Amino acid sequence: MFFNSLLTNFAALEVGQHLYWQIGNIRLHGQVFLTSWILLGALLVFISLGTKKMENDPKGLQNLLEFLWDYIRDLARTQIGEKVYRDWMPFIGTLFLFVFVSNWGGALIPWRLIKLPSGELGAPTADINTTIALALLVSLSYFYAGLSNKGWRYFEYYVHPTPIMLPFKILEDFTKPLSLSFRLFGNILADELVVGVLVFLVPLILPIPVMFLGLFTSAIQALIFATLAAYYIGEAVEEHH
Amino acid sequence: MLAFNFFGATEGGLFDINATLPLMALQVVALTYILNSLFFKPVGNVVEKREKFVSNNIIEAKNKLSEVKKLEADLLTQLQSARTEAQRIVSEAEDESDKLYKEALELANNEANASKEKARLEIESQTSAARDQLSKQADDLSELIVNRLILEK
Repeated sequence: MFFNSLLTNFAALEVGQHLYWQIGNIRLHGQVFLTSWILLGALLVFISLGTKKMENDPKGLQNLLEFLWDYIRDLARTQIGEKVYRDWMPFIGTLFLFVFVSNWGGALIPWRLIKLPSGELGAPTADINTTIALALLVSLSYFYAGLSNKGWRYFEYYVHPTPIMLPFKILEDFTKPLSLSFRLFGNILADELVVGVLVFLVPLILPIPVMFLGLFTSAIQALIFATLAAYYIGEAVEEHH
Repeated sequence: MLAFNFFGATEGGLFDINATLPLMALQVVALTYILNSLFFKPVGNVVEKREKFVSNNIIEAKNKLSEVKKLEADLLTQLQSARTEAQRIVSEAEDESDKLYKEALELANNEANASKEKARLEIESQTSAARDQLSKQADDLSELIVNRLILEK
């Protein structure tokens, strides 16, 4: 309680405050869904515009989207391998786009101008629910990838060089989603807090370099999340000899 | 329900985990399917079609290049053989014309010699005929002179 109120009152920033939606007896963080819908809507509009008239000689938006596609393919191919990267490319690409759009949207759009009854709008990835959801999806994906590609032989991976590795590999299944979710959550939340505190203390000029740093961090976090997800899937489908 | 809180509060806090989590997961899964049909498939089709087109064209160009090289080598050998052939024909023709020239020269020489000989023989015969006629006329004249002298006496 004390810690919560401390966080809440720190520098007059609202931390850990949520806009609650009550549906039946389940409660949701409304601000997370609001921002994610706005950002994903913008992303989908952008993509629909870019893929509306596909040509063999790409122009304008199509060029950008093809560059993005190529980038995601290279990412998936280097981490997952030539054989199955096609199956996982949409998932890896969606993770990358979702995290990237959320991070940048949270950093670039002045959400604070929109007043909510409780909590405030911000990057959806600054909410622990979102990052844990993404991390658990990655965990499910690599289990599914391993089992569907290798069947029960997937579990050879746990004793791969020697059976001594078994406890560590089991532990890894827990540390992977934990580190994935907390890395993203911590980075984005910390960036928002730093910018918020600086804007509160020195509203002119000084926050700008930190904001640029925040944009950089946001892009890097999206890349890291997608790369690690692809790496875990690649690790699960890799054939040991 | 997934509600528990690291900081003991019943509501709020940084680590307030609730139904947002599974719904967000569902949303991301739905987004994956939407992006797959809106973005990854169509763009992938276009890009891969173009890559195939480009690589096909490269293969075709390589094939054509090797064909051109083969044809070039073929032409070169043909040219070489044509050149030697031409050289052979020229030298043959030269030999032939040389031979013909010599033959013609010999023939002409022979003919000239023959006609010279004939002319000489003719001249000789005419000379002897003329000489015979002269001596005959001289004889006639002397006989006439002798007759006249005899008659006048």
